This record gives sequence, C-alpha cells and structure tokens, in this order.
Amino acid sequence: MALLSFERKYRVRGGTLIGGDLFDFWVGPFYVGFFGVITAITASLGTALIFYAASLGHTWNPWLISIAPPDLKYGLGLAPLREGGLWQIITICAIGAFTSWALRQVEICRKLGMGYHVPFAYGFAIFAYVSLVVIRPWLLGAWGFGFPYGIFSHLDWVSNTGYQYLHFHYNPAHMIAVSFFFVTGGALAFHGALVLSSVNPAPGEAVKSPEYEDAFFRDTIGYSVGTLGIHRLGLFLALSAGFWSAICIIISGPLWTRGWPEWWTWWLNLPIWSK
Amino acid sequence: MSRALTKAAIASIGGLSLLLLGGCEFGAKQKTQTGYRGTGLEQIVDVRHVVKASAIPAPPYPLPPDGGPTAGESYQNLKVLGGVSKERFDHLMAEMSQWVAPPEQGCNYCHNPENMASDEKYTKVVARRMLQMTRNINSRWSSHVKETGVTCYTCHRGNAVPVNKWAFAQGTPHPGSILGNKHGQNTPEANVGYASLPSDPFADYLNGQQQIRVAGNSPFPSKDHVVSVKDAEKTYGLMMHISSALGVNCTYCHNTQSFRAWNLSRAQRATAYYGIRMVRDINEDYISSLQPVFPAYRKGPHGDPYKVNCTTCHQGQSKPLGGVSMIAQAPALKGPPLATAAPEGGPAAATAVPAAFNKPAEMTAKK
Repeated sequence: MALLSFERKYRVRGGTLIGGDLFDFWVGPFYVGFFGVITAITASLGTALIFYAASLGHTWNPWLISIAPPDLKYGLGLAPLREGGLWQIITICAIGAFTSWALRQVEICRKLGMGYHVPFAYGFAIFAYVSLVVIRPWLLGAWGFGFPYGIFSHLDWVSNTGYQYLHFHYNPAHMIAVSFFFVTGGALAFHGALVLSSVNPAPGEAVKSPEYEDAFFRDTIGYSVGTLGIHRLGLFLALSAGFWSAICIIISGPLWTRGWPEWWTWWLNLPIWSK
Repeated sequence: MSRALTKAAIASIGGLSLLLLGGCEFGAKQKTQTGYRGTGLEQIVDVRHVVKASAIPAPPYPLPPDGGPTAGESYQNLKVLGGVSKERFDHLMAEMSQWVAPPEQGCNYCHNPENMASDEKYTKVVARRMLQMTRNINSRWSSHVKETGVTCYTCHRGNAVPVNKWAFAQGTPHPGSILGNKHGQNTPEANVGYASLPSDPFADYLNGQQQIRVAGNSPFPSKDHVVSVKDAEKTYGLMMHISSALGVNCTYCHNTQSFRAWNLSRAQRATAYYGIRMVRDINEDYISSLQPVFPAYRKGPHGDPYKVNCTTCHQGQSKPLGGVSMIAQAPALKGPPLATAAPEGGPAAATAVPAAFNKPAEMTAKK
C-alpha cells in the first residue's frame, strides 16, 4: 500500500498513553503502538482458541460451530476448559483485543491532535458486547448467561433469551433501540442522497454548494440541520441505537423476569385512573 | 445550552430513568438451566414473585380403612360412588365439604338436610358430575396429571366456585359497527400476559378443537399448509396464557429454534399437549353438559357455564399445589381404571404421538 506523498508529515512520534516510545512505529501504512501489539496478541490467541475449541466440537460446518459458555452451576467461577472454560478465555481475549484496539485509536487521535470521537463511538460497540458477556452474566450471577460463539447458535440464544420474556417487542429499551436503528438508517440514506444530489447535478449544471443542500431541506421540512450538524446527529442516532440495545438486554433478567408485556401494567396501575 | 437548561435536562432525564426503574424487580433471582449450556434455555424468576406454595388442608379426620358395607348399600340415589365403602364415602363427603362448600353452609350447600338423597339442589347435580370428571381426569388423563392426580381442592381451594375460570367473551359493544370493535384484541388482558394479542384464546382452543399449530414443515410457502397471521397471533395468545398460568417462560417447553419440532422440545411440552386435550375434555364433556343445571348467576354473559383453563388448577405454579399429591387422602377419586385417553385421531394415534416427537411433520401436517 503506497503512502501518499503528503501523509508522512502527519506521522509523528509521541502521544502514546503508556510505555513511552515502546512500539511507537509504523509497519507499512499501519500504526503499531503498544496497544496494537496487545491487540495482535489477544486477537491471535483468541482466534487460535476458537479454532481449538471448534476442533473439540463435532462439526466443522462454519454455520454450526459453536463454543458455548459454562453451565449455570459454575456461577461466576472458572469452568473446565471443555465445559465453557475455553469460552471464558476467548471472552477475555476478545475484550482485551477490542479494548486495545480502541486505545490504539486513541493514540492515533493524540498523534494527529484530533478529537476522540472515533474511539468513543467504537467504545459503544465494545459496551454492547461487554453487556452481553460480562455485565448481564455478572448481574445474574453466572457466566453461563453469556451467548455462545457460533453463527447459528448465537441466533438461537437470542431467540430463546427473548422468549424468556414472552414477547420481547414489549421491552421498552428494545423499542427505543429499534427506533434508533431505523432512524439511523433513514438519516444515513437522506444524508447520502442529499450529498449525491448536490455533487451529481444534471449535465451542464455546476456542482452545488452546501447552501443548496440546506435550502432543499428548508423548503421541504422548514429546517436544515446543516453540514456539521448532520454528522453530530448521525453519531448520536447510531450510538443511541447501540446503547439502548445494550440496555434492553441488561434489564432483561437482572431488572425484570416476567413477560415484557406485563411490565407495562405500571401504566395501567397509575393512581390517576379510576379503578 | 445555558447552564440552567442543562441542569433541567439532566434532572428530567434522571427523574424519568428513576421513574422507569420504579417498575423493575431488584430482588434476588432464582435461576434454572433447562437446556444445553449457552442455548438460552433458562427460567429466571424474581424470588419475591415466586408463587408461594399454598397450605394443603389437613384431612377432616384420618382416612378410615377400606371395607365394610358399601355406600350404595347404605345410602340412596348414589350414581357414581356406590361401590365405595361407606366409611370412605363419608370421609370424602367431609373432605368435599371442607374443600368446596362455604363453611357456614357445609353439607347443606348441596344437600337438603331433610332428605340427603334428594337431587333438588343444583349444586348436588353439579357435584356428582364433577366427581365423574375428577375420576375421569385421574384415570384417563394420567398423561397429564401423572401419579399426582387431582382432587376437588386442586381447583376449588376452599371456594364454591374456582377463582380462575372463563366464559365466552362479552363481544363488541356495537355489533355491525367498527366503533369500539377491537376484534377481540389490543386490550391489555391478563389472559394473554397483557399483550395486544387476541385476548380470548379459550373459546377456540380450550373449548373448540381448533388446531394450535402454525409453523409449516418447510421454510417455503406451501399450498398444503396455509395458516393466517391471525391464527398465529391467537396461538401466541394461548401460549401466553399457558406461560402465565404456570409461571414459566416459553423455553420451559420449547426451544425457540423451532417451536414446532418435538425433538427439540422438552418433555414438559408433551405434558402440556395432553393437558390442552384434557381441558377440552373437561369443558366439553363435563362442564358444558351442565348448562341447563346451572342457574343464570353461575353463567357467563352468553349463558354458558364457567369453564376451566390452565390457571384454574395451576395458579402460577408449573405443578398445581407445588406438586403435592392429595389423592392418597381421597382414594375414591381415583375411580375405576380406564383406558388412557387417546390423542386426537383415536387409539391408533396413541403410538403415533410419541413417535411424532422425532417427526414433527406428522404433528403439523394439514388434516
């Protein structure tokens, strides 16, 4: 991968979080850094363990390979390797790899003097994963509440865990998360369409400036969020989707054990209604 | 944003969050794994909401030994329990009085004290039919009640009329108009766990014989298996009822990878399968036949007697009365041995149903 001619001047040493200039260098286009090394180690170890755990299973069908968490009886303790222990080590490796990757992003931001918006956003994805395999299992008192690592098996887990609450669509945080996912998709489509409509004018027409984009939305709905604002909005919508997804599963079990439709009886039971 | 506005925003978001958390269960949870690890087959119950085991009433007096003259020789107008020994018959009558009759009325709730043999009170006619029903359940429906069996107390719990019962739903207030017509759904009914699902699954499934099966045997549409979304929702409503009645979630019986596949389901699903058929049998053969006997104030808005559903016995527990068997104290309720009720389709289906555990298509094929 060729380096662009002007790119070299942005590649400055320093700005690392720990370790001084340890691993403070690039390999080809990639910044390494201390956290890059940690990411490489944990990701490789985790992947190798996934293959090892898969080899202990009874299939190599990539759809059906599954590495399951321990039985609930092991609680928050360690389980034998073949009975969920591998899942526990793989989980530690995954969290290590994801977190180091985020910290590597932080170091790159610091070198470039940029804001931390990218690692902040990526942190929400890590939070969602940690919610599923650490926070909720910890609140419920057993690692066995984590989801299995397998393509079909994790979908079965999602389905069964949802039906533990009879009708998951009534989970209020799930409602909010789903709404944010839809709005995120809609906002991204509108934004993409608007930019393309400005830079792809009819033949013979000049490329249009952002003022045209603003005018389009003001004419349509009376308001334009603006060129910077749309990116703030997009970040907020997307992060909210991930955040509320994490919340909707954390509350399922630790904070509510019955069917989600029944949760809404708080509304029916408000003292303002005459019974 | 001004500082005051920020403070107001934080306060309102915090307040709203606290308000929402107010509806939550913070207590200790009881957790049970019911499937292979990592499949999400678990029961999680807030300990405070576990239905407390109800006290089992002590027998009115110790069960007398069998033998001696039969009740049929000692009393008149016995149609069900004539073969039971007089001593045990008297014991059962005392138990029934304790389990069912209002305490202030006792024997007189059903009997004319001047003439105990008389059928003049409707309650006596009902009680006789209920005795037949109980014996029928204990002998023919062992597929559902197993060795635990049922007694009057399983449903009545000291009440003349069991607390949990149903009759045909009221219906729309203005027939022929769309005004106020919710088509039997979109009402937060406890029957269906407060979901918007069709809220009366009982008339079709627990009285009628409508098929409770919606999944086809192929992922693709098929002319041989056309079931409407409405049917699926109604079925879902019935399942919500069963879950609520037993205090369990869907995964108590099903692996939701396929609700339909018997080989993925737990054995509890088969117990429930027979339970649904048992309830139909009770409602159709024993309760509906009493329609002319019941006075109007004992019937629903459409004039049908109140019928049973899963909650009538289970009352929030996966095993009614916490699985405690009271039948040893009332052996006359066991009744003479009868053939176990055959699944739908007659005796031939008796072997077909267990076999179908491994061949789900047989359970859902269009008949």
